[in-house]
Amino acid sequence: MDIFQNILLTIATAATPLLIAAMGELVVERSGVLNLGVEGMMVIGAVCGFAAAVTTGNPWVGVLAGIAAGAVLSVLFAVLTLSLATNQVATGLSLTLLGIGLSGMIGESFVGTAGVRLPSLSIPYLTDIPLVGRLIFGQDPIFYMSILLVFGVTWFLFRTRTGLTLRSVGDSHKSAHALGIPVLKYRYLAVMFGGACAGLAGAHLSLVYVPQWVENMTAGRGWIALALVVFASWRPWRVLGGAYLFGAVTIGQLHAQALGFGIPSQLLSSLPYLATIIVLVLISRNRRLTVMNTPASLAQPFVPDR
Amino acid sequence: MRIELVKRPQHSSLFAALSPFIALGLTLITGAIIFASLGKPPLEALFIYFVAPLTEVWQLHELAIKAAPLILIAVGLTVCYRSNNWNIGAEGQFIMGGIAGSMVPIFMPGFQNFLTLPVMLLLGFAGGAAMGAIPAYLKTRFNTNEILTSLMLVYIAQLFLDWLVRGPLRDPNGNNFPGSIRFPKAAELAEIAPSQGSAHYGIVFALVAAVLVWIMMSRTMKGFEVRVIGESPRAGRFAGFSSSKMVFFAFMLSGGLAGLAGISEVSGAIGQLRETISPGYGFAAIIVAFLGRLNPLGAVAAGFVLAITYLGGEAAQMTLGISDKVARIFQGLLLFFVLACDTLIHYRIRIGGQVKAGA
Amino acid sequence: MAENKPGGDVRLLDVKGLTKVFGSLTACNQVDLTIGKGEIHALLGENGAGKSTLVKMLFGTLEPNGGTIEWEGKPATIKSPSHARQLGIGMVFQHFSLFEALTAAENIALSLSSDQPISSIAEEARRISNEYGLPLDPHSMVGDLSVGERQRIEIIRCLLQEPDLIILDEPTSVLTPQEADRLFVTLERLKSEGKSILYISHRLDEVKRLCDKATVLRHGKVVGHCVPRNETATSLANMMVGSEVKGVERPALDGTVGDVLLEITKLSRLPATPFAMPLRDISLKVRAGEVIGIAGVAGNGQGELFEAVSGEVLQGEAGAVRLRGTDAGRLGISGRRKLGAAFVPEERLGHGAAPAMALSDNLLLSRHVTDAKALTGSFGFVRSGAVKAAAQRVIAEMDVRKSAPDPEAAALSGGNLQKFIIGRELDRNPSVMVVNQPTWGVDAGAAARIRQALIALARAGSAVLVISQDLDELFEMCDAIAVMHDGKLSKPVPIAEATYEKIGLLMGGAEPGHAGHELAHELIEGA
Repeated sequence: MDIFQNILLTIATAATPLLIAAMGELVVERSGVLNLGVEGMMVIGAVCGFAAAVTTGNPWVGVLAGIAAGAVLSVLFAVLTLSLATNQVATGLSLTLLGIGLSGMIGESFVGTAGVRLPSLSIPYLTDIPLVGRLIFGQDPIFYMSILLVFGVTWFLFRTRTGLTLRSVGDSHKSAHALGIPVLKYRYLAVMFGGACAGLAGAHLSLVYVPQWVENMTAGRGWIALALVVFASWRPWRVLGGAYLFGAVTIGQLHAQALGFGIPSQLLSSLPYLATIIVLVLISRNRRLTVMNTPASLAQPFVPDR
Repeated sequence: MRIELVKRPQHSSLFAALSPFIALGLTLITGAIIFASLGKPPLEALFIYFVAPLTEVWQLHELAIKAAPLILIAVGLTVCYRSNNWNIGAEGQFIMGGIAGSMVPIFMPGFQNFLTLPVMLLLGFAGGAAMGAIPAYLKTRFNTNEILTSLMLVYIAQLFLDWLVRGPLRDPNGNNFPGSIRFPKAAELAEIAPSQGSAHYGIVFALVAAVLVWIMMSRTMKGFEVRVIGESPRAGRFAGFSSSKMVFFAFMLSGGLAGLAGISEVSGAIGQLRETISPGYGFAAIIVAFLGRLNPLGAVAAGFVLAITYLGGEAAQMTLGISDKVARIFQGLLLFFVLACDTLIHYRIRIGGQVKAGA
Repeated sequence: MAENKPGGDVRLLDVKGLTKVFGSLTACNQVDLTIGKGEIHALLGENGAGKSTLVKMLFGTLEPNGGTIEWEGKPATIKSPSHARQLGIGMVFQHFSLFEALTAAENIALSLSSDQPISSIAEEARRISNEYGLPLDPHSMVGDLSVGERQRIEIIRCLLQEPDLIILDEPTSVLTPQEADRLFVTLERLKSEGKSILYISHRLDEVKRLCDKATVLRHGKVVGHCVPRNETATSLANMMVGSEVKGVERPALDGTVGDVLLEITKLSRLPATPFAMPLRDISLKVRAGEVIGIAGVAGNGQGELFEAVSGEVLQGEAGAVRLRGTDAGRLGISGRRKLGAAFVPEERLGHGAAPAMALSDNLLLSRHVTDAKALTGSFGFVRSGAVKAAAQRVIAEMDVRKSAPDPEAAALSGGNLQKFIIGRELDRNPSVMVVNQPTWGVDAGAAARIRQALIALARAGSAVLVISQDLDELFEMCDAIAVMHDGKLSKPVPIAEATYEKIGLLMGGAEPGHAGHELAHELIEGA
């Protein structure tokens, strides 16, 4: 039965970075901004987190560095798309390209360096409860943050006035501006929150998932996170479900590779990407649903007149 | 500090022409800062990076080899982006073109005559176009976001190529190295001037494609259709143009050109199918397309600029001991600055507030 | 209530020399405006006269370049809409500032600065809605509401802030005449409570009826202050336009209507998006020589009908739309154009014209199929010389004013662009012309010209169908008016039998067999 718990634990570990990055992007998109640079911010978070942790020997410094790095990179995106009203799709792409380039350079001297792992929680007795002890009480701190994030974002978006205002900005920036809501301020903060989340997700990869630095180690997870937001119809709890589904697919194919079965490993490795395409097709074929749920101002540039 | 944008009554032709140059200048300045922060003399480093690789004829050939795929792909992408179709999977279409074209020498090694190359190139184009048709189909049929699907297909194409060269297509006499058999002479894209350097005819394809697509975009109804649909989909529908057909047209044209670039690279520069056939040309071409202001002729100039960053990266690594990863940073910065400068075409920028009335 | 006298002497708002410059355009030039307590003050002016710019400055969304504002006798700088609300200025926008994906109560909450819970806001909204006779369910999603209901949200949202001055920007442009009457009752009541109202309109009869004072703007300048009751509609119109307003002439039909050129038979369509209107069993005939109008409150299926008739959306039945006797229901817009039809959509920028493309390109936009021989050559090449010449012909014919030889569509004023778009179609002398909102947002001179040109086209033997929200326009142009409500189209009422009241009732859905609409009930109960 411990195998069962182990599998669930690995699924949680694989799902956590997707969940965090997607949760950040969900808030960004709810404010009406499409940031396609998640992959870039995530990989920067991974390398900066790793570098800071290795240099200081303290994984928590790494976590903070990852968050900060993601947020800093997102500010670049915000200045361009919000203050300069550039095309959000193209700017997001350039953020990803820049992030991948920068991370390669920063991480070059760290390739092959032994990492510092963020220790998992260990509470006497509780963690040792059979079947569920480690699942509930023995995971890494970022896992708990990811779950808190789901609760927090849900509460923020749907229970607070600020969250309502953020959603209104995503629904119609024209109306929001006419009412005197500072559209760009909300969007700046949302984009930075998204960047911080992407950075944290990256730090999870290099401090928990595989505690080392490998170039391009995000391997498309940022893009999958973007797809998850669409898949979840911009609802936080559905993001949670989607992230764990993808975690399961990832772990499932890894186990299948280990067991052999004679299936080419490349085919198995491509399963998460194929699955992304399939779920996107399934969710978006219902046009009505998509129109109802998509923030109406998503990716529309906004220039306030004063 | 508050940045305010003031809409211009008409777009500024001056800044439309200047913006790529301003962006280039800003990239160079940032580059100098990066070099200085790495402890290298900035001006000398910039010289080694951007000028030194262009001083000998054979180096210009190398430049053309790098520029050819970038231009070919970017020319297709200009049509895509102009029509508001966000194909970011050119890398995958490049790979599929390379694979499809390679089928001829791998499976029919005996088929060696003047038709070999044309068939390969045609297959390359078809392979890329077929790969481009997938996101187009998913977008038109299921309303699926083409950005995400075209990108996911890149990973799938890379894994597919990896499987092919390690599995079914591996050269049995290749000492277990991943890679297909080496192509026979008839399947290799010829060099233009073998006595001077190794540039192959890929650059010629790129230039021809750029001119043809430029004529299409600026002089024909098809180009008009692309521009109208991209500028305003409803106006396009009002004009009687089908946006679904346009999705296929744009994706298959850009996929096809990426595929052509792929097979040209494999048969002209590499000579066999390997597990990696592109150093990210498909993504760098996105930058080329934007730096060229989404104009096919602009893409030619921009393609050479991006090619320099690749060569400069190698040179800087050899001479200065700077990682060639710095090339990626230059490329990313360039796109950032181009996008920022393009704002100047439609807006004036006012920094800081102004005196308020009434007080 | 200290001040009950209309047009009282106690000044609430005193604006002097207010100026706003956008690039090379002076939208407001040294504007003076004084509003007394308990006064309904009209702000009159044509489209583009600077009315919206002025009120945006008063509400803090735009920053003035010069001038002073005094509020209750003290100098004030209105920094933002929330600041304006704190001072006691409320605003009901013409293009509503609502959020479709949120509920009415959430929409209201967004303009209140306090952190009051939504449930108590909903309670208060319900109270105000009952008090002022503005029926509204606070928990309904705005996207599902009619235009009239949306306006009620805006008004309730404004009233909840207990403002001293309420600015209403063209409030009746989206209402039926009966709904407008009910609004006037509410406004009179607010006035009796001592509140001031700044009422923006270009409808002179309602200004004369409702307002105590008026300020008239033309080209960004104040051209006069007056008491509307002492003026005639003509004198007010002359002040607004600055010259004699030329009426539109509609020669009598003298019984010579020709063949049916446009025939719509049992046309139905499912809603395309969650918030769209279905079309239900629509039939209509338009004959050579006549102008038929379709009236209706915005959002009752007019846009959907236009898309169906133009062929932007195909019909299941080929016979649902017939053009000059040929089944056209399965033909796209190009096929229908080839049969002699021409179309002008409501939205100019982004539908009728591509905003960032030159006028000559925009000519090609709707003419490339019908004039393929003249405008395009072999291998799909465009004859740009011929296209430019045709564009210049249209520009000259319709007197389109522009700043460059071949400017981008977006650089033209609304009126000039509309003249170009209509002229582009008239230039090929279509036998069927379908126009949605021909003069929406267009200045009076251009509007008169457009209406006259459409009547002339009909009288020369074409069939003209005009969809409009502007009843004055329809009464001026049409030989018969049909009404759209809830996706259904009434029988056309011949102009001789049509009255504002009759058409207004049809717009509210009060036709037999159309029962069930809330407003119709209210009207019957209220009568």
